[in-house]
Amino acid sequence: MSGESLVVHTPLDPETARRLRAGQRVLLRGVVYAARDAAHKRMVEALEQGGSLPFPPEGAVIYYVGPTPAPPGRPIGAAGPTTSGRMDGYAPALLAQGVRGMIGKGYRSPAVKEALRQYGAVYLAATGGAGALLSRCIVQSEVIAYPDLGPEAVLRLEVLDFPAVVVNDAQGGDLYEAGKKQYALPDETGGHAAG
Amino acid sequence: MREIQAQEVSRTVADMCQQANYHLGRDMREALARARDREESPVGRDILDQLLQNASIAEAEHIPLCQDTGVAVFFVDLGQDVHISGGGLEEAINEGVRQGYSQGLLRKSMVAHPWRRKNTGDNTPAIIHLRLVPGDRLRLTFTAKGGGSENMSALRMLKPADGLEGVKNFVVETVAKAGPNACPPMVVGVGVGGNFETCALLAKKALLRPVGQPNADPELAQVEEELLQRANRLGVGPQGLGGRITVLAVQMEVYPCHIASLPVAVNIQCHANRHVVAEL
Repeated sequence: MSGESLVVHTPLDPETARRLRAGQRVLLRGVVYAARDAAHKRMVEALEQGGSLPFPPEGAVIYYVGPTPAPPGRPIGAAGPTTSGRMDGYAPALLAQGVRGMIGKGYRSPAVKEALRQYGAVYLAATGGAGALLSRCIVQSEVIAYPDLGPEAVLRLEVLDFPAVVVNDAQGGDLYEAGKKQYALPDETGGHAAG
Repeated sequence: MREIQAQEVSRTVADMCQQANYHLGRDMREALARARDREESPVGRDILDQLLQNASIAEAEHIPLCQDTGVAVFFVDLGQDVHISGGGLEEAINEGVRQGYSQGLLRKSMVAHPWRRKNTGDNTPAIIHLRLVPGDRLRLTFTAKGGGSENMSALRMLKPADGLEGVKNFVVETVAKAGPNACPPMVVGVGVGGNFETCALLAKKALLRPVGQPNADPELAQVEEELLQRANRLGVGPQGLGGRITVLAVQMEVYPCHIASLPVAVNIQCHANRHVVAEL
């Protein structure tokens, strides 16, 4: 994992996305779109019916988040990442539309990792549970689709120096695997070790 | 018979929901600070710093610690000499959740039906475990349980022949599978014995202990310590990015069980381990 954070602008251009490597820390600047479980279901259903996404897909970065309501005078409440694996079934269809980045936490499926390679996209992790801290990096928030979904509506978020780390890159690099391997110790009891 | 007004219960519950979501308990802050000192991975240390900073920001700026403000879970010990007047106890708790989550600008994370999935809009219904106990007090323990770590929890009906080794292996296996999904560093609640539903409840109850307080039974305390050491050899680390500190504490509770059974439940809790107690 590289020490220095790299400032990365969104939407992600193809060259930047392909250059990012697992372990690289980044500070994101620009627009990202908040969407989680129910919104993903709707977006993919819309695509299946010949419709389009509620945001311009080219180079878009999706943030898996369902924030708390905004306190008075602030754009958003707590806004940390949710577990990405629940969106695995939907992610390849969105990447095929031009989405080039996803921010969440936790493992991705082999199919998603393959789609990252195919479309030259990246998966980033933000610190799960740091909702108050990450809230400070979101300067504007606006509901752009599915307001009836409440905390699961699609939001357009403007972020400034939003900290994240590349977990899965477009070359097959995987920080979760590499990090665990680096620090794992043999299980001396003879029981199940890292699995 | 002592009278407690349903309204007073609701007010107390509303406060508890907010208190738990804005203030990380001292036990967790201390556990995170100790983890920060012991973590060898530079990235892991950064994450732990972020989590401590997050707790300070939440407190100072009145922003929830985590956007997943949880399912509202209550363990209620109702003294048998208490009479709740002016409404039912369960409804009073639900009304408190409604008020607390709305006034506190907390996220409403409950859907009314497991596959129709329409949000109930007020984070009710709460999940309430009620126990009738001697005395004239009402003791409420609230925990805001997040979905990410709950999803990585597991239950297995082991064979008696699997013994303590089988229990230990299942715990370590569950932590390994949870990995980065459960927002490590985690607290691991383990319930052993009872039956299918009792072991799950024991595992959740184990999580309500102050973090790092060992079981009063020295044998169980030793098992907890051994499991902690084993889990921290996995290398998962803070947020799963690699490191020494995957688990902050393993907390185990046991109960008698059937001659044919060895039920084990592992309830995973993320570092946003939020629980508060109130007594009326």
